[in-house]
Amino acid sequence: MTTLANSMRSGPDDRGHFGIFGGRYVAETLMPLILDLEQAYKDAKADPAFAAEITSLNKHYTGRPSPLYFAERLTEHLGGAKIYFKRDELNHTGSHKINNCLGQILLAMRMGKTRIIAETGAGQHGVATATVCARFGLPCVVYMGATDVERQKPNVFRMKLLGAEIAPVTAGAGTLKDAMNEALRDWVTNVDDTYYLIGTAAGPHPYPEIVRDLQSVIGQETREQMMEAEGRLPDVLVAAVGGGSNAIGLFHPFLDDEGVQIIGVEAGGHGLEGQEHCASITAGKPGVLHGNRTYLLQDDDGQIFEGHSISAGLDYPGIGPEHSWLKDTGRVDYVPIMDTEALEAFQLLTRIEGIIPALEPAHALAHVVKLAPTLDKDKIIVMNLCGRGDKDVFAVGEMLGFDL
Amino acid sequence: MTETRIDRRFKACAEQGRPALVTFITAGDPDLETSAKILQAMPAAGADLIELGMPFSDPMAEGVPIQLATQRALAAGQTMDKTLNMVREFRKHDDDTPIILMGYYNPIYVRDPLVFVKEAKEAGVDGLIIVDIPPEADDELCIPAMEAGLNFIRLATPTTDDKRLPAVLANTSGFVYYVSVTGITGSANMNATNVAASVNRIKGHTDLPVAVGFGIKTADDAENVGKNADGVVVGSVLVSAIKDSLDANGAATEKTVSAVTDLITSLAEGTARARKS
Repeated sequence: MTTLANSMRSGPDDRGHFGIFGGRYVAETLMPLILDLEQAYKDAKADPAFAAEITSLNKHYTGRPSPLYFAERLTEHLGGAKIYFKRDELNHTGSHKINNCLGQILLAMRMGKTRIIAETGAGQHGVATATVCARFGLPCVVYMGATDVERQKPNVFRMKLLGAEIAPVTAGAGTLKDAMNEALRDWVTNVDDTYYLIGTAAGPHPYPEIVRDLQSVIGQETREQMMEAEGRLPDVLVAAVGGGSNAIGLFHPFLDDEGVQIIGVEAGGHGLEGQEHCASITAGKPGVLHGNRTYLLQDDDGQIFEGHSISAGLDYPGIGPEHSWLKDTGRVDYVPIMDTEALEAFQLLTRIEGIIPALEPAHALAHVVKLAPTLDKDKIIVMNLCGRGDKDVFAVGEMLGFDL
Repeated sequence: MTETRIDRRFKACAEQGRPALVTFITAGDPDLETSAKILQAMPAAGADLIELGMPFSDPMAEGVPIQLATQRALAAGQTMDKTLNMVREFRKHDDDTPIILMGYYNPIYVRDPLVFVKEAKEAGVDGLIIVDIPPEADDELCIPAMEAGLNFIRLATPTTDDKRLPAVLANTSGFVYYVSVTGITGSANMNATNVAASVNRIKGHTDLPVAVGFGIKTADDAENVGKNADGVVVGSVLVSAIKDSLDANGAATEKTVSAVTDLITSLAEGTARARKS
């Protein structure tokens, strides 16, 4: 695919900005490390061996390409547009997170780093990080909010089995934002040997670019598979957005295709009136946190809210900076989905297609459920089914009143 | 820039043959009234310059003591307006002691940096230390601050090598804040010998005073570091003293102000001894 002169796909600029968003807002101690990382990533991108190794691991370790699946019964049930799922939940470790972790750990090793740290919310990124650390024999510390440790027990145990050390974070509300603060504190202390493996397309430049590039395999495969299945591009793309890595991975290869409508789905939590949600783009305003400028949930004095979502993976008061730019340019629409709607979609997909989705893509699905019936039957929707729901079955069981 | 309170104070300390004692508290910790009392009492106790922390919900570079101080201040309802007011009130009684606002960029960004630097200058603020805005983003806050007559003080760290140091120093004024360890505030004790070498390295690049912070806990630390640093910065132990003085409900007691001032007096004895041996 050629890059157009006025492409939406050329960002970030050399200071790491997407329009006014992005950038490098970090403590001086970290600046030389971020600049080193930027250079190392440029070198890696120019080295065909780096791409070849990722491609090989994606195929033989992760199981890529993930299928593009026509959800026939759901399509019939909703009675509108044809619905396809990009099935990244079938990846090794159960979500799209592995795509990013494999690329970044190769980068870490190229840089001679010998210790990996990561933050995690739902635990999917933590599990993927612990997995690649086991695969390549590097020690791994995962920072996880104490609240999330409690509500994502299966993933906590998986990480421990994989040999990772779990560091529960009690500061703040004990969720993803606090885990990220603590990971940054670790990195600023252990500058020589440690690589911070960020899990989402946020943080200081060049992380949003690195994570997006590594996740773009989702959208690239989708293009090819869609051409094979239908002989044309889809009409609508839908993906859940927390930090936004699975979404940018699906969206980015399509940004210059004007006929493709793109929708990101934010966690509406208990509703947008109060603070009990994570709809940073719909209800937030621009600010600076965790190394980048982006839409944030905050008060008038610039204090960041904790946010709330039924899904630990969406429980973050910010969003990747490229999404903020895509919102302001109007290229991508962002809509909120409430906890209850996601929970209904979770159950619907389980019963009608025999697929238990993670609560994160259940948000995207809830929007598909609203959207598909309004579209003609010859329209095509692709939704990123970015994670499987095994990790959520106990939490969902409790919410639905099952005695587990 | 014309000579500022910060320039004058470092010059005066140098003339007295001692390093300056730079003391940090978080504005509004544990409550606005007590915090204002502590601020007013700091110069008489021996503080030469004051860093006043602007509380932020996500203090990424702080260790536990200042994280907790921040949480106490925010829980007590501290806002940027109240912090600027504290400085205005302080200036009614003290026109000489420099005050440097220290914190993170977001509370300034949402207020509008151009508005903020004018408000800060008008309130009697002398300088800014903003942890998460590197020289690469000087156009956003550092340059407007300088144009408003505020010193913009940068942190140099053990990872700031000779190649990067000129970029860090380029728009720095007032003094250079050398972070003695890679890490967060209040972390492990620094190695005084390594710190001395680093201070000398920085002095090879600038005529500005160099103050050292992160990990200075006692009068002896202040004395050792102050042998060749122009200033010694102390923060975490002061906010820990506030915490230890609170009652079971976390409220200030009659001991809270003196807990801080007594410690400052002891640290000032350390800086006074620094060049005597």
